[in-house]
Amino acid sequence: MKRWASVIAVVAAALLLGGPAESLAKTEIHFWHAMGGQLGETTNELVKQFNQSQAEYEVKALNKGTYPEVLTGAIAAYRQKNPPHIVQVFDVGTQTMLLSGAIYPISQLLKEQEIQVNWGDFIKPVTGYYSKDGNLYSMPFNSSSPILYYNKDAFTKAGLSPDKPPATWKEVGEASKKIIAAGAAKCGFTTSWPSWTMLENTFPWHDQPFSTNQNGYAGLDTKLLINGEFGVKHIGQLAAWQKEGVYSYGGRMGQPDPKFINGDCAMLIQSSAVIGGFKKSLKFAWGTGQLPHWGAPYKKQNAVVGGATLWVMKGQKPADYKGVARFMKFIAEPHQQMWWHVTTGYLPITQTAIKNLEAGYHFKKNPEQATALGQLSAKPTANSLGHRLGNFVQIREAIESEMENIFAGKKTAKEGLDAAVAKGNEILKEFAAANKQ
Amino acid sequence: MKRAVFKNRGLPYLLVLPQLAVTLVFFFWPAFESLRLSFFRTSPFGDKTFFVGLENFEKLLASPEYYQSIVNTFVFAFGVTALGVGLGLFVAALATQKVRGLAAYRTAVLWPYGIAPPIAGIIFLFIFHPSYGVLPYWLGFVTAYEFNWLLKGWVAMTLVIIATAWTHVGYNIAFFLAGLLAIPTSVLEAASVDGAGAIRRFKSIIFPLLSPITFYLVVVNLIFSFFGSFGVIHAVTQGGPGNATEIMVFKVYKDGFIGLNLGSSAAQSVLLMLVVIALTAIQFRFVEKKVTYS
Repeated sequence: MKRWASVIAVVAAALLLGGPAESLAKTEIHFWHAMGGQLGETTNELVKQFNQSQAEYEVKALNKGTYPEVLTGAIAAYRQKNPPHIVQVFDVGTQTMLLSGAIYPISQLLKEQEIQVNWGDFIKPVTGYYSKDGNLYSMPFNSSSPILYYNKDAFTKAGLSPDKPPATWKEVGEASKKIIAAGAAKCGFTTSWPSWTMLENTFPWHDQPFSTNQNGYAGLDTKLLINGEFGVKHIGQLAAWQKEGVYSYGGRMGQPDPKFINGDCAMLIQSSAVIGGFKKSLKFAWGTGQLPHWGAPYKKQNAVVGGATLWVMKGQKPADYKGVARFMKFIAEPHQQMWWHVTTGYLPITQTAIKNLEAGYHFKKNPEQATALGQLSAKPTANSLGHRLGNFVQIREAIESEMENIFAGKKTAKEGLDAAVAKGNEILKEFAAANKQ
Repeated sequence: MKRAVFKNRGLPYLLVLPQLAVTLVFFFWPAFESLRLSFFRTSPFGDKTFFVGLENFEKLLASPEYYQSIVNTFVFAFGVTALGVGLGLFVAALATQKVRGLAAYRTAVLWPYGIAPPIAGIIFLFIFHPSYGVLPYWLGFVTAYEFNWLLKGWVAMTLVIIATAWTHVGYNIAFFLAGLLAIPTSVLEAASVDGAGAIRRFKSIIFPLLSPITFYLVVVNLIFSFFGSFGVIHAVTQGGPGNATEIMVFKVYKDGFIGLNLGSSAAQSVLLMLVVIALTAIQFRFVEKKVTYS
């Protein structure tokens, strides 16, 4: 039905416009993504550049809502046997995609289509996260890591150096108190994506295990470890600060951002991906610093990448995959990598792109763009490669609702984290059972 | 009751067939499918399914969160119904007063019903959000009270109840208004002549005459709160803080579409269906006796 309708439409359009014959021959590649606002415009621009760079394929990018909505939509489409060729899935959906049987691993695709991409050029924290048995499964697209944003004006007003963001949690607490006392802001700091910034990244950043099985990489029978001494100390401190007004919990996802944007909170911990937006919207001087650290005795490791990758789905016409592969190669090229990074704040993820950017003094001129990259420079350990948990979306949900109970003072840090672990382990067990071979 | 008589015995069946077909395809089939799914554990992509019997139900009934969502649902549904129906009656009564520009008022009070729940949710967010809402911003000038429902569960619950009741109040007003206008003025005038005051007239004449409408609205508002209130919760609180505003229908969505646990989600929708059927049956069995239809 639908196919007939589109054939008729195309023929009619061609007759009416007398358009060139090759426009009929263009193969459509469907690409579903979750990039809204400024990021969406940048994604459309990238797709447009690809479409103009060659004549055989037409990538159709479609924003299907939030990350979970895109994933759910792609699954529904797959079950109805009409999946998009390419779907953008966020980091926490990785395990679900890996075990789905519905995907075409990116390294295999490019090999079969005889298209060369130098995977060795990609930085390890990114390829490590999305590889299984040494093969890359999805195309790294938008990778970010959480950093500290701070309001330089508020720092100056409170008598703090505007060029020295707090590096440790102790300093974050002290700076916050000074800022509040000086009336430079109402609260010290807030955190977006609470589970991602405060646990999923804070654990690897201190080389602490988030879950068993090397954070899920080594098996399905994984259990959370966030209710140990480190987790209780960290979340307990946040809860104490919440009570004092030093920390102000502002909700999930990017909801807390306005607290920083409107000057209520002097610091924000959020993805490096918002740099592009902040450059346009912030009305005060601001800078970035690395994710705060607790210092000794904890080792300073690396943060893990967040964001999303592009997965190629099975079930479309075999001939289309040549175009998919060419699009993947296109976005892997240094020029696109650099442009994407500069425009959005997402990480440049190939060595060549980074080298070229350095050669052009990009990081010297835009120090805020170097912060996230600096957090990924250490060689990942078993604790800091990433997270590979099934049903991670649900686990994150469970963790965040318990964090809310803790910050509301309904539970102590230990009680809340224990409950989060119990719920999370139940979800992991369910996933393992649904995916047993 | 008047009975329609058909000469052809097959014709009445033929006439109800379209309605039956719609009901079967859009109600019974999905309901049956949920029931079937609730006995399985399914991988997200549906490539692997295992029959698990009643395990999905057992897990739910052993989970404190599920019980909390039931309690939340009842608090929410009765809150929305009481507020929505009460306010509807009050505004409808006001809209029968003889004032200039009555038609404009009557149109205006119906407007909120024309706003889709998710949009209403977004509007409420812009007014009440602790980070960027207008009201907390103004409150900040006059009081030190921190209006942070991102951490205070009962404030969040109150907020979604008000938002949901607001979206539905126009519907209630329309029905009450029609009911009020149908009450013969002669009866009310006679009561006035006999010395009955406004309250007495309302208690003895208006309310009994409105009881079928009130009953209908209570049933509809409750069902609406159980099933149709998803949009507001999704837009405003996402079930948080903690699980304070996680009502059953939102949990069905969250576990099924976000968590991709279709078995549990299906089991929850079966239980939700049972709860609503039971509740409606109770209302017809006990409450309807107090309703005067003529």
